[in-house]
Amino acid sequence: MSEWRDKAEKAREKIASLGADLDLSQYSREAKERERIPNLSRLPNDARKSATLVGVKDDEGFRCGTFFQLDHSVIFESVRRGFEGKVEIMSTKEALEKYDWVRDYWWRAVAVDTDKYTAHAEIDFDNGYFLRAFPGAKVTFPMQLCLFMSQNGISQNVHNLIIAEEGSDVQIITGCTSPGLGRGLHIGISEFFVKKNAKLTFTMIHRWAPGVDVRPRAVAIVEDNATFTNNYICLNPLRTLQLYPTAYCNGENSIANLNSILFGSGNSRMDVGGRVVLLGRNSRGHVVTRCVAKGKATIHARGQIIGQGEGRAHIDCRGLIADDANIYAIPMLDGLVKDCELSHEAAVGKIREEDLWYLMSRGLNEDEATSLIIKGYLDPGILGLPRELEDEVKGVAEMATGEAL
Amino acid sequence: MKFAQRPPGESQVVWGGDVMLTIENLWVSIGEKKILKGIELAVGDEETHVLIGPNGAGKSCLAMTIMGIPVYTVDKGKLTFDNKDMTALPIHERAKLGIGLAFQNSPVIRGVKLRDIISLHTKKVDDILSKAYLNQEFGSRDINLGFSGGERKRSELAQLFAMKPKLLLLDEIDSGVDIESMELLGKETNSFLSGRSALIITHLGYILNYVRADKAHILLNGKIALSGKPEEILEKVKEKGFREV
Repeated sequence: MSEWRDKAEKAREKIASLGADLDLSQYSREAKERERIPNLSRLPNDARKSATLVGVKDDEGFRCGTFFQLDHSVIFESVRRGFEGKVEIMSTKEALEKYDWVRDYWWRAVAVDTDKYTAHAEIDFDNGYFLRAFPGAKVTFPMQLCLFMSQNGISQNVHNLIIAEEGSDVQIITGCTSPGLGRGLHIGISEFFVKKNAKLTFTMIHRWAPGVDVRPRAVAIVEDNATFTNNYICLNPLRTLQLYPTAYCNGENSIANLNSILFGSGNSRMDVGGRVVLLGRNSRGHVVTRCVAKGKATIHARGQIIGQGEGRAHIDCRGLIADDANIYAIPMLDGLVKDCELSHEAAVGKIREEDLWYLMSRGLNEDEATSLIIKGYLDPGILGLPRELEDEVKGVAEMATGEAL
Repeated sequence: MKFAQRPPGESQVVWGGDVMLTIENLWVSIGEKKILKGIELAVGDEETHVLIGPNGAGKSCLAMTIMGIPVYTVDKGKLTFDNKDMTALPIHERAKLGIGLAFQNSPVIRGVKLRDIISLHTKKVDDILSKAYLNQEFGSRDINLGFSGGERKRSELAQLFAMKPKLLLLDEIDSGVDIESMELLGKETNSFLSGRSALIITHLGYILNYVRADKAHILLNGKIALSGKPEEILEKVKEKGFREV
């Protein structure tokens, strides 16, 4: 591990290429040690309610397993009966101890010296989840993960490792939240390995607080005939957010879908991208962003396709602006070989008056019509989730959007 | 309620009867352009009126003005609905009073489902869709996104079926609809009109094969040029064209 540590030390002050630069010394590293709980119903009521709002069900109904980290402590992890041998869930610290081979994946997708945040996650490592779907396992119920911040002023630096072994098919729903936190920093390193013929759908719902900074760093490696879908939903105000997940479609016929649904309100500054690198023959990518900015929020919606192999990909970005907010849509197409086929469409603007009038003619007042349009704009229906999970995510998203409106 | 046929320009408002909609000396412009120039019209309770006229005469403008679409500026005149002055009311208040407009050119609204709108008025969304000859699947589709011309018209009717307005404004509901669909929709519309008032705008007149109208008006250059029995008016138009009537 010293090699990573050395690189991290050298990158300790390395400013990220995007997003507001944060002074990491402003965040405390002293988090209270939390005890494990036997099940999620033992969570305090308000924590349980907050977890529900990011898709984490305390009764584990319609879930194959659960991981719950509170600040720096892993307080619960389980695989439900009937799913043992199909999936495994544990903290990354445990996984590093249990399996020597985990080191082969560690910092393999994300470079430890990408910026000060990746470096910080190595130097001050606070756990995270290790998830693995076994070869050929088709898991009908999603796994649920929760990264919860409760202690004011701390940084939570998690490093997650997600492996979908050959031929597996797995859904993951991750909820990250920090209800009522005055200040805080969440750094989340996520390395995804989607092996041959595997399908991994990862849906992340973020619900932070207006004083919280968030810096996820995620990279996926997608092999032959594999599909990786990354859905990111952030509908509540926060201080600053910057992420630019990247999927390397290394394999033949590999597919990467990177979808984001964002609602920036208050003074939120969101900088969210999605990058697909086409390398394998007939690899495909979609980067889809739907965003609404209101109040004094600023959203940068980025998308990049790098065509290095014979593949095709598309960026689709739409943004609605209200009040004094700003949206910057920045699609980039890098065609590096003649056999790639890359395209984009981006549209940013206010709600069209004729749409409002039309809905008002059906009996809605202007505010109600606006709300219906915004909720529709941020519809999780674009995420391609199975019906039951989609209904759940819709419920969560509708509540969050309603609050923000 | 009886309407006397009057020469163009003379008031057609009949006072004292059960009038659903009264339009008095209505002047409307879009920006600097004057479109309607002194419209007088009264639609009685449970009456169906037909408005015909050449392109650009101001037919849609009249429907949009009755609905209260802000881009149509009322320069002069008064609109009364169900004994209430609605000249200054916003769109949604008019809808709540009981006015329903089937738009000629309805917008695509991404993310807003047809079901979202229908369910504002009724829980029986699937029944409403089938009444408008739309598959249930249309309920889950974004409003007008990828709809054919005929499907758009059906979607408009479905929404009105759900709203159950007292007065229907049907703006070119028969354009872009194939004959078989028109027959089905026409019959459904005719039965829906029972007990309601309607102002039907039609360029081609197809819908009149299925819907019984009480009175027809020809709109020319922003004015009602002629009113009378629908069959007589249409006959005159067929014989002489709009300009000669």
